[in-house]
Amino acid sequence: MTMRNSFLPFCMTILFGLPLCAQQAGTVPAANDQNAAMEQHIRDLEDRIIALEGQVRMLKSSATAAPAAEAAAASAAPSAAPPAPAPAEALASQATGTQAQVYGGAGGSAAKALNPDISVIGDFIGAVGGNSPPPLATLQPFPSLQMHESEIGLQAIIDPYSRGDFFISFGEEGVNLEEGYITFTALPASFVGKVGKMRSAFGKVNMMHNHVLPWIDRPLVTTNLVGGEDGIDDAGVSIERILPAPKGIFLEATGQLFRGDSGDVFKAFQKNDVSTVDHLRAYKDITESTNLDLGLSYSRGNNDFGPNFITNLYGVDATLRWKPLRRSIYHSFVARSEFVWSQRQQLPVEQRGFGYYASADYQLGRRWFLGGRYDSSDRSRYANLTDKGGSLVLTYWPSEFAQIRGQYEFTKYAEGLNSNQLLMQVIFSLGAHGAHPF
Amino acid sequence: MTSMRTNPGFVVALAITLALVGIFLPAPAQAKKLNIVTATTDMAALTQEVGGDKVSVESIAKGYQDPHFVEAKPSFLLKLRQADLLVVVGLQLEIGWLPPLITQSGNPRIQVGANGYLDASQFAEILDIPTGTVTRAMGDVHPLGNPHYWLDPDNGRRIAKGIAGKLGELDPEDAGYFQQRYQDFDKRLAAAEQKWDADMKPYRGRKVVTYHNSFPNFAKHYGLNVIGYVEPRPGIPPTPSHTIELIGLMKRENCKVILVEPYFDLKTPNSIARDTGGTVVQYLPSVGGQKDVTDYFKLFDYDIGLLMKALQ
Repeated sequence: MTMRNSFLPFCMTILFGLPLCAQQAGTVPAANDQNAAMEQHIRDLEDRIIALEGQVRMLKSSATAAPAAEAAAASAAPSAAPPAPAPAEALASQATGTQAQVYGGAGGSAAKALNPDISVIGDFIGAVGGNSPPPLATLQPFPSLQMHESEIGLQAIIDPYSRGDFFISFGEEGVNLEEGYITFTALPASFVGKVGKMRSAFGKVNMMHNHVLPWIDRPLVTTNLVGGEDGIDDAGVSIERILPAPKGIFLEATGQLFRGDSGDVFKAFQKNDVSTVDHLRAYKDITESTNLDLGLSYSRGNNDFGPNFITNLYGVDATLRWKPLRRSIYHSFVARSEFVWSQRQQLPVEQRGFGYYASADYQLGRRWFLGGRYDSSDRSRYANLTDKGGSLVLTYWPSEFAQIRGQYEFTKYAEGLNSNQLLMQVIFSLGAHGAHPF
Repeated sequence: MTSMRTNPGFVVALAITLALVGIFLPAPAQAKKLNIVTATTDMAALTQEVGGDKVSVESIAKGYQDPHFVEAKPSFLLKLRQADLLVVVGLQLEIGWLPPLITQSGNPRIQVGANGYLDASQFAEILDIPTGTVTRAMGDVHPLGNPHYWLDPDNGRRIAKGIAGKLGELDPEDAGYFQQRYQDFDKRLAAAEQKWDADMKPYRGRKVVTYHNSFPNFAKHYGLNVIGYVEPRPGIPPTPSHTIELIGLMKRENCKVILVEPYFDLKTPNSIARDTGGTVVQYLPSVGGQKDVTDYFKLFDYDIGLLMKALQ
């Protein structure tokens, strides 16, 4: 701290003292020359102070683990302007001393700078209407008022080669590790690897956390065929790579291997009962505002009917997005559809079910979104029973960090029972929640 | 029933296939040109100034786009995976879209902390660094300081110098070339600055209002006084009560100029202008905001030209 206290007055003395000396010196032309030189000198000093300030900021924000931070600082330092290592070190120790100011919290320890980004997202849902579902239905109605989920996110860069992400969701009772994985970002040959528990890459909706869905609930096809809210979410390893493709097409393949326990979709009775998910994604910018995103998914694993009863899932997803860049915060449009085929081995006969949804969302203005969804899906255990439904959704954003949503939902169960529900949701976000993949 | 034992085998096979595809890819053209991706067009323009024909530069965001809200499109990954250097504005400007792109790129060179990741904010003078407690009651405030720092020629010079240093580090053979380019840029900028300073001199101390707080460095450099914002808080759209307050303030302070970034709606600024007898100026915060604004010099030429007309 003493370093800083003495450093600034020292600079001030130089900045203001030297011109005074200069003015007292000799003749006018000589003085002019000297003044110009002084001005230049002051500018140089100013530049050096700004460069030092920049280094202090970098040191403050290099929130990586100690050895990694050293590596990062070492690589960042030479690129900045000249100053010697000694003052930089002094400033570093000072930087940690003033940490509390920047982060606004209590305590000024260095440990705080190394904390992961912490966020909490609250998801409150209210519901009116709706009948009790028929006995064989997978879809269950929402309770009247419910703190549906509180998702805690802990995210940080682990070292120069990897990052870690944890999403822990609390229901009103009970806790669930929604996701917790390390991503290896520096693998050879452009591979990206993940190890941990994660939402699998089967289609689009399965990857999404509740708070980024354009609806309050998940589509019927997800509920009936792909494990509902948690979906295929399991412990395992994942590897993905961008593949070469012509004409600016983005092509990416993902292969995932899981233990084989995912809600009511997969169940592992023995260690061999692992499940897999494979996904191929093709994406193309049609114009700078419009793009098309297509995906093929395949998943396979042991189902809960018994050992050696397999479920195969095949998926196709398509998304068309439009967002004019000059007015990107005011208007956008997304149309999306997913089709899923399920082959579930069970006794007495294998069940072959099919389901899909089609949805469209239009952003009316900076804060308003209007959307709709059509649902149709067989049930995985009773493929001859087909549920259908439709939803109308209106969303309001007071800010980027809060969202209020209403959804009217009509469901026609296979048994002939109709249900009308009105759902209301408030989502609110605290802290630094990292951006989600596109 | 098929045995599940084939499953791990399938994944291994897939991994091997992917690896082979990787091996047979044409090796990235070594040396010759550095492949550089920048977050915004301004960083691209400055990199181009010092990199000359030894670099190929591409920006992710367009100059007419709100840099806070860029979509993390997979097509950007195609550029990022080939990049030798990623230049970002930093100060959390890109926090909403860049981190997942970096993670997914599969490019170890540009990961945060790696040698090919350059946060340009370290070179620049940063304003509006909040002191004391930061909460989101202040809106979408940037806790590390205002990230719109490139609209000050002195910062442009400092950033260019920093980038030139980094380029020399990545391509030591051409380090002299990059330094030479920087010296040349410095000279041309000094000459242009003389004109800009002279143009803006009569308007020092004049009051303006901006839509978003993206103007502080320009205002400081040219002695303009930003007295208010159309947004009640950063990132919060205009509200009627705030707009009425702002109109009152502008009338009291005799402020006649409302500066609006090209990606904001003009409805509220226009109605403010009607009530105060002022003018709305759609200034450009970034290179490429208009077709003919293709470099860092033309950006200042354009904005200063607009301001002179509006402030007369």
